[in-house]
Amino acid sequence: MNAPVPASQTQATAQAFLARYDLLKANLPGDASLRDAAAAAFARTGLPGAREEDWRYTQLRPLAELALHNALPSPDLAALLARVPALDAARLVFVDGRFHAGVSTASATTGAPAYGTQAQPLAHKLVALNTMLAEDGAALHVPAGVDAGTVLLISLGTGQASHFHPRHSITLDAGAKLTLIDVSLGQGAYLNNPVLSATVADGANLVHLRLQQDATTAFHLSTVYADVAAGGTYDSFALTLGARLARMEVHANLNGAAAAAHLNAAQLLGGNQHADFTTVVRHAAPNTASRQTVKNVLSGKSRGVFQGKIEVLRVAQKTDGYQMNQALLLSPDAEMNAKPQLEIYADDVKCSHGATIGELDGEQLFYLRSRGIPDAQARTMLVRAFLSEALDPIAHEGARAAMETAIATWWEGQPT
Amino acid sequence: MLEIKNLTAKIDDKDILKGINLVVPDGEVHAIMGPNGSGKSTLSYVLSGRDGYEVTGGSATFDGQDLLDMEPEARAAAGLFLAFQYPVELPGVNNANFLRTALNAQRRARGEAEIDAVGFLKLSRAAAKRLSMPDDMLKRNVNVGFSGGEKKRNEVLQMAVLQPKLAILDETDSGLDIDALKIVSDGVNALRGPNFSALVITHYQRLLDHIVPDRVHVLAGGRIIRSGGPELAHLLEAEGYAAVVAEAA
Repeated sequence: MNAPVPASQTQATAQAFLARYDLLKANLPGDASLRDAAAAAFARTGLPGAREEDWRYTQLRPLAELALHNALPSPDLAALLARVPALDAARLVFVDGRFHAGVSTASATTGAPAYGTQAQPLAHKLVALNTMLAEDGAALHVPAGVDAGTVLLISLGTGQASHFHPRHSITLDAGAKLTLIDVSLGQGAYLNNPVLSATVADGANLVHLRLQQDATTAFHLSTVYADVAAGGTYDSFALTLGARLARMEVHANLNGAAAAAHLNAAQLLGGNQHADFTTVVRHAAPNTASRQTVKNVLSGKSRGVFQGKIEVLRVAQKTDGYQMNQALLLSPDAEMNAKPQLEIYADDVKCSHGATIGELDGEQLFYLRSRGIPDAQARTMLVRAFLSEALDPIAHEGARAAMETAIATWWEGQPT
Repeated sequence: MLEIKNLTAKIDDKDILKGINLVVPDGEVHAIMGPNGSGKSTLSYVLSGRDGYEVTGGSATFDGQDLLDMEPEARAAAGLFLAFQYPVELPGVNNANFLRTALNAQRRARGEAEIDAVGFLKLSRAAAKRLSMPDDMLKRNVNVGFSGGEKKRNEVLQMAVLQPKLAILDETDSGLDIDALKIVSDGVNALRGPNFSALVITHYQRLLDHIVPDRVHVLAGGRIIRSGGPELAHLLEAEGYAAVVAEAA
C-alpha cells in the first residue's frame, strides 16, 4: 500500500479537509451534487498558494498547525457571549459554524442557505472549501420596501471544532433596508471560513458592519459577495482585531445604474498577527460609485496587507471610484504591503487611489504634550484620529460605540 | 518666575544657544527680539521640551523647579504654555475635545478636580467670544483648514482656557493682519496680572505696540546682547538689527 505523500504542508491540510468531507457528507444539508462538485474542484486545486498573484502576501501554510492543537474542554458559552457588544437587536448566534437557537433571539433561516449559487464560486478555492463543508448559515430575506432594522450575526469559535465554514445569504428586495452587525470571536485554535452572499435589489440599502475578534491563535478567512442593483447600496465597514492570520475578501459587483459600495476597513494588529483586506469592486453599469477608506495600525512584528482592485467595464461610464489605504507603523518591525489595481475600460470615469505608510507624527505628538496631555494619552488620541475617516461614517451609533470600545481595549493591550 | 542661567544648546552638533541669561519675574512681560537664525525659536522649544535639542550647559528653572528635567506635559501642568509659531494641524481631533482633554490632563496632574462637559462648554464659548472666534471653530478639527490668523487665534484661545503662569509667544504676530493682531494682543493683555508672565518672541516692534513689554532683550548669535525698556524695540525698528548687533560686538 502506498499512502499518498503530501508535497507540502498546505496540501496535507487540503487532504485533511477532503477527508473531513468524506466523513460528513452523508449528513450535510443541501444539494449533494453541488457539494460533490465543490469537493472535486477543491481536490483538484487545493488551497491558495504563494505562486498565485492574489495570494502573494498571505500564505496559508500555518493552517497545517491546526492539526496539532487539541480540542479545548467544553466551552464556556456565557463567557464568549459576554464579549459580544450589547446592542438592542435580534441575535443570530452560530457556535462553531452551527446555529445555536438557545442563545439566539431570532430564527436563523427564512429559507435554506443558498449553497453554491454564486457565479463560478468554485474557481475561488476558499469558496469551494466552504461549499464543500458548510454545515449551516443564516438566510435573511427582507421583502420589498421593508426596513428590517438591525440584526446581529454572531460567530463564536469555542476551540472544540478545528474548522467551520458557515454559509450566509442575505437578500434585500427593492427598497428594503437592513443593518447587519457581523461579529466573530472565540477561543482556542480554529479556522473560521465563512462565505456571505448579499443580493441588494433596486434602491435597497444593506449596511454591513463587521467586528472580527477571533482568537489570536485562530484563522479567519472570509469571503463576501455583494451584488448591487440599480440605485442600491452596499455600505460596509470591517474592523479586524483578532486572529493570528486573517483575510477578508470582498467582491462588490455594481450591476445597476447608480449602485454604490463603501468598503471601509480598519486593521489593528500586534504581535505576530497577519491580516489581509482584499477587495474587488466591479463597476458594471453607468454612474456607479465606490468608496474605500482602509486604515492599518501595526505594532510589534505584525503585517498588514491591502489589495484593492477596481474594474470599470466599458459600459460603466461616469463611474466614480475612490480608494485610499493608509498605514501607521508603531514599531520598526511591523510591515505593510499595499497593492492597488485599477482596470479601466470606460473613457469617462473618475477614479483615484492612494496609499500612505508612516509613523506617528512627532510634531503632532509634541503639540499635544505641550498642552499637558501625557505621552500615552496623546498617542491614543493620534491613533484614534488616524482611524476617524473610516470610523466616523458608521451611522449606527451603537455599533460605532462598540467598535470604539474594541479599539480602546486593543490599544490598552499593546506594549508601550 | 523663569530664571535662565548660562543656557547652551545645540541641534545636530550645531551650537545654537551660546549662554543665555534671563530672568522673567512674576507679572512681567519680556520681549525677545532678534534677527533670523539668532536662536529665538530654539529658546522657546528648549524651554517647552521639544525633542531634538540637546542642552549642553546651564539651567532653566520655573518657580524653582528644574524645567529642563521635566517632560513637556509636566511643564504644561506646571503652568508653561508655548504659543507655536506654526500651530500644528490635527486631522481627526476635535478642537473642543482636544482643549478639554488638555485642561483636564493638567488639572489631574495638579490634583485638581476635572471640569465636566457643561462647565467646559461655558468656559470655552466665553473665551472664543472674547477672541471674536465663531463657535464653529471649536467644533472643527484642530487647526485643519484654519487660516493663518485663525490658527494664531486658536493658540490664544487655548492659552485663555488653560490659564498658564508663563506664556511663550513664538512669533505670534507673523501672518496676522492688523485686526487679528489687535484681537490676539487683547487676548494676551486680558491675562496680564501679578500671576501671569510672558516671553514674547518677535521680529517686529509692531506687536509690542499692542502688548507693551516691561523689558526688551535682543538675541543675536545665541546670546542676549542687549536689554532695555520698551524704547529698545523702537530703536531696533528705527536702526535695524545690524546696527545694534554691530554696536554690541
